[in-house]
Order: sequence, then C-alpha cells, then structure tokens
Amino acid sequence: MTTTTNGRGVQTTTTGHLTFGTVKPNSGLQNAIKKSRADIIGEISASGMKGRGGAGFPTGVKWNLAAAAQDEHKYVVCNADEGEPGTFKDRVILSEYADLVFEGMTIAGLAIGATTGIVYLRGEYSYLRPLLEAVLERRRGQNLLGENVLGRDGFTFDITIRMGSGAYVCGEETALIESLEGYRGEPRNRPPFPVDTGYLGHPTIVHNVETLAWGACILSKGAAWFKGIGTDKSTGLKLFSVSGDCERPGVYEFPMGISIAELLREVGGEGAKAVQVGGASGHCVPAKEFARTLAFEDIPTGGSIIVFGPHRDMLAIAHNFLEFFVDESCGQCTPCRAGTVKLLEGVELLRDGDCSMQYLRELCSLSETMQLASKCGLGQSSPNAFLSIVKHFQDEIMGRTDLATAGKE
Amino acid sequence: MLQTEQDRLRDEIQRWGMVYGKERSALIPILQEIQRVHSRISDFAMQVIADMLDIHPVEVYGVVSFYSFLDWKPKGRFVIRLCRTISCDMQGKDRLARQLENDLGITFGETTPDGRFTLEWANCIGMCDQGPALLVNDHVFTRVTPDRIHDILEGCRKVFGVHAAQTLQEQLV
Ligand SMILES: Cc1cc2nc3c(=O)[nH]c(=O)nc-3n(C[C@H](O)[C@H](O)[C@H](O)COP(=O)(O)O)c2cc1C
Ligand code: SF4
Ligand code: FES
Repeated sequence: MTTTTNGRGVQTTTTGHLTFGTVKPNSGLQNAIKKSRADIIGEISASGMKGRGGAGFPTGVKWNLAAAAQDEHKYVVCNADEGEPGTFKDRVILSEYADLVFEGMTIAGLAIGATTGIVYLRGEYSYLRPLLEAVLERRRGQNLLGENVLGRDGFTFDITIRMGSGAYVCGEETALIESLEGYRGEPRNRPPFPVDTGYLGHPTIVHNVETLAWGACILSKGAAWFKGIGTDKSTGLKLFSVSGDCERPGVYEFPMGISIAELLREVGGEGAKAVQVGGASGHCVPAKEFARTLAFEDIPTGGSIIVFGPHRDMLAIAHNFLEFFVDESCGQCTPCRAGTVKLLEGVELLRDGDCSMQYLRELCSLSETMQLASKCGLGQSSPNAFLSIVKHFQDEIMGRTDLATAGKE
Repeated sequence: MLQTEQDRLRDEIQRWGMVYGKERSALIPILQEIQRVHSRISDFAMQVIADMLDIHPVEVYGVVSFYSFLDWKPKGRFVIRLCRTISCDMQGKDRLARQLENDLGITFGETTPDGRFTLEWANCIGMCDQGPALLVNDHVFTRVTPDRIHDILEGCRKVFGVHAAQTLQEQLV
C-alpha cells in the first residue's frame, strides 16, 4: 500500500502498484505518431477495450465512427466529472498520472482527426486544476502538444480544461456537451450521437479518464497484451474505487472478471452483508451472490465498490441513494423527476413501518416504468439500488417497528 | 449598489469577455469567475453578461439556477460543503453536521450573519475512502472528526479578508 500526497496536500491512496506507473512516458504516443490513423484505431479495436465510464461501449467503434465523420473540427473530450457515489479513481489517475491521460487524448485526437481536446473537470476537483495546467504547459514545451506534435507533419493538437459547477448529471455525455456550450446540463435525445453531432455540432468523442489512460498503455504495450488479460468479453485491467466497511479502502487495479469474493479478500471486506457495485446507479449484490464477477457480461461497473458490513441497515442505504437522485435529477422528464420523489417517499413509509405489500409492488412497477421511460441513464438507473434491496432484503425492510435504528434525518 | 461599484463590475465582466470570448460557450466560465470573486451572481451581473453575449437575461438566470455552485443569493466568503453520500454517511458525517451547526450557529443552507460562512450539503466529492470529507471552497478535508471542526473554522477566520484561497491552505494543512 502506498500513500502519497500531491502538491496541494491532498492525500491519495493506491493499494499495490498500478500499471499506469510502469508504462514508459509517451511511448504510446511515439508509437502512434509512426502509424496511420486506421492502424491506431485498429490497435484499440483489437485490444477489445470497452469504455471505463460504466456504459461499456467499445472504444475502437467510437473512434471509427468519429474518424469516418467528415468535418474540419472534431473534439476529444475527457469526462472528468466523476460524480458517481463511491468513485474516486479518476481523481487518483489525474493526480498521479495526468500525463498518461493527456497522452491518451492526444492519441485519440490523432486517430480521429481532432485538433482540440477538452477536459471537463468537476468543480469539486478544482484543487487539481493548477497541477493539470502545469502538466499541460510542460507538454506544450516538449512538443507533445501544439503544432506538428513530435514532428508529425500537420498534426496539431492542444488541450484545454473546463470546470463543472456541481451537477452530477453533467457526467452524462450529452449533458456534458450542453454544459460546455453554455447551457443547463440537460441530457439530449439520442440520436444524433456525439460522434456525429457533438460539441458545437461537430463530431466529438467523450471518454472516461481511465479509458484514455488505458488507450495510451495499449499503444505502448500492444493490443495483444491488453486482450490477454481479463475475460473474452471484458478484456484488460480495470481500476476499482473501494470504500465502506473494509480494512483497506482505496484504489485497486484488477483484471476484469474478478469475483466479488476475491475482491473482498484483497480489500479486507470478508464478512460483508452486501456490496454496492457501480455506485448509487448500480446494483446491490447480497452475500449469497459474491461468486458473481465484475465484467460487462455479468455485473458491469465503472468501478465503484461500496462494502456494507453485517450491521448496516439496507433501508437507510436505499434512502441515502434516493435522496441523491432526487437532488440530482435534472427534472426534464416526468418518470425521473416524479418517480425518484415517489420512491424516496416509499422508502420513508417502509422506514416508519407504514408500507403495505400492495404499495411496495406498485413502487416496484413504477421503478420498471422509470427504467424504460426515462430520457437518460440517470432516471433509467436510479431505481436499480431500490429494486435490488427490495428483492434481496425484503425480510429486513417490511413491518419495521424500530424507528430509532431506521433511516436517518 | 453604488454607481461606481456597478461600473467596476461591468468592467470586470468585460475583461472576462476578452479572456473567454463572447460566444455562448463562454457563459459558464465567466459566471464561474464572477461567483468566485463575489460569492454570488447578482441580477445586475446577469444583465451585463447577457448583454455582452447577446442573449436574454432569462437564459443566464436559467443557467445560474441549474448549477449548484452558481448562486444568485449572496454566499459566505467560505462555503463549507459536507459530503452526505453513503460512504461518508457510514463514516460518521452526522456527527460532523451536528458540530458544524453548533459551532457556526446556523443550519444547512444558511449563511452566518457576518457573511463569513455558508453551510451546505455536497453529494459525493470523491474522497470516499478517506471520509467523512468536506470541502471549504476549493480545499478538501478528509477523515474529519467532530473535534477538528473548530480548528478548521478558526483557520478560516484567521485568513478572512486576506487572499483567502491561497492562505487557507497554508493555515490548515
Ligand atoms: C447520469 C450519468 C452520469 C455519468 N457520469 C459520468 C462520469 O462522471 N464520468 C464518466 O466517465 N462517465 C459518466 N457517465 C457516462 C457517460 O455518459 C459516457 O458514457 C462516458 O463518459 C463514455 O466514456 P467511456 O466510453 O470511456 O466509458 C455518466 C452517465 C450518466 C447517465
Ligand atoms: S432521466 Fe432524469 S436526469 Fe435524465 S433527462 Fe430525465 S429528468 Fe433529466
Ligand atoms: S461518499 Fe463522501 S466523498 Fe464519496
């Protein structure tokens, strides 16, 4: 376990050694500079990498679509809005391996034919900005950014940083683009997709911080290396943000496909009652399912792992998550705006021991409507935690009489 | 507001217009600068920004009201944001909330009468492995215990009126 402190006194904890620290600086970009655009994308496609932000869209496919679009202006956006409860790996990556992220963005820019990169950094991480600006300035001085990058004729690329202003929904890629354009961060209807009509109407690829850093590693170490790790459908390594009831919380790197039980052993979380995988919008997995794996084909995740010890009140957890969604829903569509409030009220009825089985079933059917009818991922996934807690812990949440231990606030 | 103050704010906004441009995409960066310096975005500021970017003031208001870090209401010099999300909740954020309210004499959502402190809730601030965590303006405090609240507030009081942003770090870390 290593604990380091970045320049501004912010502690970051990583357990074990991350691959990001072992890759030769800028070797990925140097390799990319010698390749054709098609070959760079070919390498990323061959690695089988899927986006690390949670949705798991194949990165190579996204680059291909953007590369094929005909436009003088294209954009590479690094999504550093990291707002999912329980996620902090992007903060650690930006604190310790910012170069690798910028290298990945530059490679992506070369591959799709973009000249501008934008980092959308959440307002809560403002303290990282001076460090990131300094790294960018140094990279300009080293000709890793700017005109004719590393001597590649005609390849001009630079990166700017834009700050978020405290809205979780702005992590959704179309809301992020609205925000960059100066509007309320309200998700757009899709299609059109950003790869076609993105920032200011131009083709734009939006990627999670970690995806971009792995992109640089893949160009450095080769697609075969990445593909050789993980499972068939979920290749490569993944960072996990681990918090909650365990002995060693922090950022971990594991191959995709690791089981929850194995992960709990590594972090000192054996004996947990349940694990929340994927943050507030993810699923609550009970102990009897700890053999399940963290992979796109089983339980997909952006890497947030919150461990719940045996003494935790599952209803209080559902309550906390639903308060989050009520607060963060952009309010644009009714299933999400009204649905999250109804679910929160439902949890409060359960807490007070006032919820009939009939009404609980109605709440579950409302949840399914929200999953289907909400406009963006926020409303589509906000009922997940509630539904999984109802499913696995029904015994615990019905007929409550003990107001003192139930719920908070 | 005095005429001179309005003129000063107008000039300031024009200067940010030179830095960020006068396109719609410059709106949020300009609002962020005004918020940072003045702890609020007044009606007058919104009007001037709208004129400069050639958009309706209602558009500016719509943006200010959407983002939780932008505010029309005056905020304190120090905005304290305590994380209320699950990992910090499990690590004892309720006790910090109680102590903050006791030491500041206000409840969440309020600003102290002297204009120094605003107390707010935050959703997960990405410090979940080191909770409970809170932000004071741009500075993050981790593994906070109730007895440390007093020191954190004293650190703020000492630098009040000075160039708070830089000095706060020196005082507190
Ligand atoms: C409500 C909501 C919030 C999101 N927040 C983030 C975020 O903070 N960071 C992120 O990388 N992706 C986030 N996403 C996913 C993005 O929309 C997008 O899929 C992702 O940035 C694509 O990057 P990837 O392909 O590298 O994973 C969010 C999605 C939703 C619906
Ligand atoms: S689902 Fe929720 S967050 Fe998404 S657009 Fe609808 S109201 Fe907004
Ligand atoms: S839950 Fe408080 S920082 Fe993440």
